[in-house]
Amino acid sequence: MGWARKILRVNLTEGTCTSEPLNMQWADEYLGSRGLASKYLISEIDPKVDPLSPENKMIMSTGPLTGTMASTGGRYTVVTKGPLTGAIACSNSGGFFGAEMKFAGWDMIIFEGKSPKPVYLFVENDRAELRDAAHLWGKTCWETEETIKQQHQDPQIRVSSIGRAGENQVLFACVVNDLHRAAGRSGVGAVMGSKNLKAVALRGTKGVGGIKDFKGFMAATIAAKKVLADNAVTGQGLPKYGTQVLMNVINEIGSLPTRNHKDVQFEDAAKISAEAMHEKRESDGKSQLVTNAACFGCTIACGRIAEIDKGHFTVVNKPEYWGASGGLEYEAAWALGAANGVGDLEALQYANLLCNEDGMDPISFGATIGAVMELYEMGVLTKEQIGVDAPFGSAEALARLTEMTAHGEGFGVEIGQGSKRLCEKYGHPELSMTVKGQEFPAYDARGIQGMGLTYATSNRGACHLRSYTVASEVLGIPVKTDPLVTEGKPELVKAFQDATAVFDSAGICVFTSFAWTLADVQPQLQAACEGDWSMDKLNLVGERIWNMERQFNMAAGFTRKDDDLPPRLKTEPAKTGPAKGLVSGIDKMIPEYYQARGWTPEGVPTEATVARLGL
Amino acid sequence: MKLKFKLFASLVDYLPPERKGNIVELDLPAGTTIQSVIEQHQVPERCAHLVLVNGRFIPPAERPAHVLEDNDELAIWPPVAGG
Repeated sequence: MGWARKILRVNLTEGTCTSEPLNMQWADEYLGSRGLASKYLISEIDPKVDPLSPENKMIMSTGPLTGTMASTGGRYTVVTKGPLTGAIACSNSGGFFGAEMKFAGWDMIIFEGKSPKPVYLFVENDRAELRDAAHLWGKTCWETEETIKQQHQDPQIRVSSIGRAGENQVLFACVVNDLHRAAGRSGVGAVMGSKNLKAVALRGTKGVGGIKDFKGFMAATIAAKKVLADNAVTGQGLPKYGTQVLMNVINEIGSLPTRNHKDVQFEDAAKISAEAMHEKRESDGKSQLVTNAACFGCTIACGRIAEIDKGHFTVVNKPEYWGASGGLEYEAAWALGAANGVGDLEALQYANLLCNEDGMDPISFGATIGAVMELYEMGVLTKEQIGVDAPFGSAEALARLTEMTAHGEGFGVEIGQGSKRLCEKYGHPELSMTVKGQEFPAYDARGIQGMGLTYATSNRGACHLRSYTVASEVLGIPVKTDPLVTEGKPELVKAFQDATAVFDSAGICVFTSFAWTLADVQPQLQAACEGDWSMDKLNLVGERIWNMERQFNMAAGFTRKDDDLPPRLKTEPAKTGPAKGLVSGIDKMIPEYYQARGWTPEGVPTEATVARLGL
Repeated sequence: MKLKFKLFASLVDYLPPERKGNIVELDLPAGTTIQSVIEQHQVPERCAHLVLVNGRFIPPAERPAHVLEDNDELAIWPPVAGG
């Protein structure tokens, strides 16, 4: 089987680490990673628990394909009740940490309680212990990782940690692993900080044993890798240009949210695009992009490694930022750039570096800056309050506010609460571009109607990765649909949501779905895992996970009214581009979506649906 | 007839040298189709994956007959994706 069959339970209050067997019945019903960890979390916490209290738990979890030779099989998730949203949070990360957890012999680590002092967890195969982290508290993710490796004299240790943002309980703080990969969304890093848990350091030398049908697994993974290699998107487009290639695409179709969603096209999109990252700079003759990079076991390699212009105002006399490091992905470039009207590629990279260094979600952070800039332009916020002039387009303001938020200084503390709380505090809740308190990603719901429904119904608050209908509505994967209409979108969103839950729970990257369907994943799971993993079962598991998350949120207090978009997207038509004159058709799509899901008109799974899914 | 012709990602090499970034402005006879612009610039058909006129997707079957109009913007990408 792909599972290690073993869980590490860490009680931070008591300072104990204990091993327990994985619940194999739940593994059969929820697969792994996102699905299985969510099942554990939901079974163990009160849905109404304060996310930053010791009573909340946090789970780091792998899937059955994590650590195997399946392409992209390096993923792990951090599951908890999210402080940004109050909803279930499940943040997924690549890099090498997830595979290392499996190599050490663990399917997941459950953290409960709160340590009386800062600690980090050190795991070396079966041995697990909490160690003092007083010397790490106050350090960045980068310093923490380096310090732990030096302390243990082992460069092969894999580390996940929080930076100062997580320590300060910034509500969109990340958990960062391998320097620039992150479990990024919903503030899982703040939960880790609330528990006084600075880092998790792993060393595993066991490999992944017990693959059910080893020869069959070899054949299935090889065949699936060929599909990725032969596909023009995963074999050529993503490795060369990364996700950033979408900047010009989404701008061209008029769905690039700009200046806090006031506009849908950004005049400087080309300056912050993948193509711009390839261009040689006038200042030093070098391009910002250095190379691409891959996570564990990945045969796509979409990651960006970039080098900032050493002469740029943001890094003068700051050599610590001059080296090659994690580069801009599309979401970060959008949130730090178009969302604020900033067209300075080097300033965006600087802000991106700080987000990686101190563990902040650049999407929620950048989108919150967009709200701050709008409030500033309205005169609601002043330079005296913010500490800097902050009009739309100011690279100086972006850079300074990133520093202030990452370091917990001045107005940065308020930015660290996210746009919902900030806009409410200053009397303009309508300017927060959020669903369930989480900021939108990089697609405007007026120009890509399916994404509006995706955001409104996402169980972790606004998110593009829960059902990436952009694939169909814009890119034609697997079939092209019209982004400007609502017809067919409820069914499309449901299909994407259920399938994505399976990809996430298997321990593989959702980007494989640009080339793979579940039919490509199924033979890999069937060969790796004991039991029946037919297509019918996988479809059922995906739908079961989605409904389980929904039930948790409803028990936490969410209702139909929370499946909605901000008024701007429903009442202010797009000004330019193909969607000119359009608003989101969310009110039409929601009832159709509930019906497609087998939910009541109030959005509650019916008894028949609950029974059919075995919930 | 004026046309803003845009090629992105790996297709940029098919633009004439007078391009500005990813864009070149063309002066074309009336009646020019999408397909003819693609062929004139020797963009391989399999690479002309995402074809937009004024931001709207034009399916492959419609490209040979789709006549461009004055001040249209034609943008083309190879197969790409993001997240």
